[in-house]
Amino acid sequence: MENNSKWKETLNECRKNKSFMIGLIILISICLVAALAGVIAPYDYAEQYVGERFMAPCAKYPFGTDQLGRDMLSRVIYGSRTALWVAFLGGSLELIIGVVVGLLCGFFGKWVDKVLLFMTDVTWCIPGTILALAVVTILGKGLTNSIIAISLVAWASYARTVRAKTLSLRNMAFVETGKAFGESNVALMFRYILPNIVPSLIVLVSLNLPGTIMSTTTLSFLGLGSQPPSPDWGLAISDGISNITRAPWLSLYPGLALVYTTFGFNLLGEGLRDLLDPHMKSQ
Amino acid sequence: MSEELLRLDHLSIDYKVKDGYLSAVNDINCVINKGEVFAIVGESGCGKSTVAHSIMNLLPGGNEEISGKIIFKGKNLRECNQKEMEAIRGKEIGMIFQNPLDSLNPVYTVGSQTAEAILLDKVDKTEAWNRVLKLFRDVKMPDAEERMKSFPHELSGGMRQRVMIAMMLSRNPELLIADEPTTALDVTIEAQILDILIQLKEQFNTAIMLITHNFGLVAEIADKIGIMYAGEMVESGDVFEIFENPKHPYTKLLMQALPSGTKKDGRLQTIEGSVPRITEKKPGCRFANRCPYAKDICFNETPEAVDISETHFCRCHMLGKEEF
Amino acid sequence: MEQQEMIKLVGLKKYFSISKGLLKTSTTYAKAVDDISLTINKGEIVGLVGESGSGKTTLARVLLNLTKKTGGTMSIDGKDLSKLRGKELKKMRSEVAVVFQDPASNLNPRQTVEASIMRPMIIHGVPKAEARKKAGEVLDMVKMDRRYLNSYPHQLSGGQLQRIAIARALALNPKIMILDEPTSALDISVQAQILNLLLDLQETMGLTYLVITHDLNVIKYISDKIAVMYLGRLVEFGPTDEIANHARHPYTKGLLDAAPVLDPKLRGREKELLGGDPGSLIKIGEGCRFCDRCKYVTEECKSTMPENSMVTPDHMVACFHPLDLE
Repeated sequence: MENNSKWKETLNECRKNKSFMIGLIILISICLVAALAGVIAPYDYAEQYVGERFMAPCAKYPFGTDQLGRDMLSRVIYGSRTALWVAFLGGSLELIIGVVVGLLCGFFGKWVDKVLLFMTDVTWCIPGTILALAVVTILGKGLTNSIIAISLVAWASYARTVRAKTLSLRNMAFVETGKAFGESNVALMFRYILPNIVPSLIVLVSLNLPGTIMSTTTLSFLGLGSQPPSPDWGLAISDGISNITRAPWLSLYPGLALVYTTFGFNLLGEGLRDLLDPHMKSQ
Repeated sequence: MSEELLRLDHLSIDYKVKDGYLSAVNDINCVINKGEVFAIVGESGCGKSTVAHSIMNLLPGGNEEISGKIIFKGKNLRECNQKEMEAIRGKEIGMIFQNPLDSLNPVYTVGSQTAEAILLDKVDKTEAWNRVLKLFRDVKMPDAEERMKSFPHELSGGMRQRVMIAMMLSRNPELLIADEPTTALDVTIEAQILDILIQLKEQFNTAIMLITHNFGLVAEIADKIGIMYAGEMVESGDVFEIFENPKHPYTKLLMQALPSGTKKDGRLQTIEGSVPRITEKKPGCRFANRCPYAKDICFNETPEAVDISETHFCRCHMLGKEEF
Repeated sequence: MEQQEMIKLVGLKKYFSISKGLLKTSTTYAKAVDDISLTINKGEIVGLVGESGSGKTTLARVLLNLTKKTGGTMSIDGKDLSKLRGKELKKMRSEVAVVFQDPASNLNPRQTVEASIMRPMIIHGVPKAEARKKAGEVLDMVKMDRRYLNSYPHQLSGGQLQRIAIARALALNPKIMILDEPTSALDISVQAQILNLLLDLQETMGLTYLVITHDLNVIKYISDKIAVMYLGRLVEFGPTDEIANHARHPYTKGLLDAAPVLDPKLRGREKELLGGDPGSLIKIGEGCRFCDRCKYVTEECKSTMPENSMVTPDHMVACFHPLDLE
């Protein structure tokens, strides 16, 4: 009974938060498009209609066609799958590395903290794209490799946040009490401290994901990420650039899709930050 | 007859909250005379700090509704504009808080911060500095001259509170509002600060409004006391009279709840339940639901303040009717 | 009756190293707990008082094995802790329970009350069903309704949270409870409830308490014996009546005199106010730690640390010039 009303209250609060709702709607729409790509896309993304290259947007091809006569609408629709895969894989990798490093730093302190924090600072200091380029060169071209490369660069912000939060939680009475009745360090980190960081992590993830998607797009744009003919917004923008005067729609639509996604994540993150902030909640 | 300095006249403060409003302070009447220490005592959430902040016009602003009068030296502070209020704040009414570190600017030395208030009065720098030194000595700051060059974080809690008192003294206000001034301090330091406050009152005839939850402090320093419960002042009067002979059940129970002997004297008195949030104004005594002596009338009619003596009033229906 | 020693500390030390200078070359030590010897018998309530920086919380943390001691020995229920390993050490942990000051942070905000109470039992191998049953029982013991089992900490008041922290401490049937400022954050009426509850539990279960607080009225009310700490040293230890009425150490006297008395008629009473601040653990000399604030100080006090001496068989004081009794 009480739980039910609690839920309703939370739901109401969410509904009132405009940026959260808009962000959520945007992301749901992207997920739907990705899931139903096979149904809604009018053509196959890789099918080439040689006679119909560089077609301007028209009734047959609403987003036009590219230099190989492929339907841009279908490519943009299928590209959402790539974008979500990037968000999922990149986000998880960054999160896992960042959380583990941050927890270890904050919890153990001393030399563990010094060594790991030094590593964090180094990754933090080197321009992200350059480091990612180096990593991709070692790992080899390809979408998954470029996602890994980006994650290996982007975990630092998570690590720093988690470390700071861990430091302040580590000496809280409930953690000390747990230690006093014999809780193991692993349990203290993952059962006691981590759950109390989750709200800030959720916010951070949704604010960081656009960056991850953008960076991967950059790598694809540079030809190191997705390889043709896979549908990738970054790759499509890059292909379109060389024909930008002749067929501006080639870069425009994938670009708009990218902006739409980024915007969705940002709004969601902002909304979540307001919703999960305990100070806002107590009032 | 001593001269009246501050009078709260039917002061009520409501906060607008999500589910209607919260009655933080309700119908408070009290008088503080010149050179008098008036202690407002109560548990957390009783509205004592709200009263103090409303006098200084320091409430967060925006969502509160105030009614009644705050009369300081014959002038209703609620009708003062921003400028008039600024002139009164600090100069005529000073305030010190529980945590002095929050009230001090971390990037200036405490000496120059104190001098700043004096410089407002258009005196030259050396003169101001000398006056600060005298003030620091007045509040018994150890190594006053050295300490003036210290930054707030270099001082201990007790020294910071001394700086706050010195700053406040620099304007020589007639009324000092002290909001839990010693709660964050160690016992021996608390005693030192109390000593300074007592001296202040004797030397400069400063009136002090002491906001506290600590009956010990009240017993040590106050002339008059007002006990607040859930936004209302349930009993008020001369401190000797009230400690000797508390009339309101809440005052009585609260005083018995304080450990004063040893466990061999038996268990402590407790008050069941907790302080309610008052979100609707309806007749009845606000303490009735926790009061062991409550009768029907207590739930249905708001008790009036009854004078027990010239200096002592109490709001309770059972007054004189029931022995408790 | 033979007294059973529950906690026995001999020469217990805890030093923190502090690196100084730009290159952190020189190291000094903050002697937070310095050479403390103290015996607490079964069923006793010992109050530990001291101002901030006196090391009382550090002592508790050492006792709870939250931080490693630097020296000395520490036995609990006759067993030397440094000789315990593995299972025995774990068992010992179940015998010493703790309740900290801040009700709001005493429980994991992300766990229900039930989960918080069950957790220590589960770690110590109690089957889940049994732990759940016991969680209800300990909640009864602290006089709280079982419907709160499914609540989260933020839904409860300070007094309720403190009761739950006590319930959790009882879950493993401890012999010793360490209570670090158990009522400092509570209102007067709630403080009375918690103090009564603690006394009831202690009497019915024969527990041993070490109560740490700065509130002298609470200590006097609840304890059988009082231990006074000043800057890492134990300066006086003895039965409550003795300490409260015949304090022999000038610091104890100053502390007792500084505490406000609940009677306005006693305002003019004679009292010795201590000057100065509690001081810092870093800047201490060879002699008595209290010598800077003591008005009976002599050259001897500044150069040598006073030994512990017994003024009566159970009243210890560490002072060269203990106050005379009239």
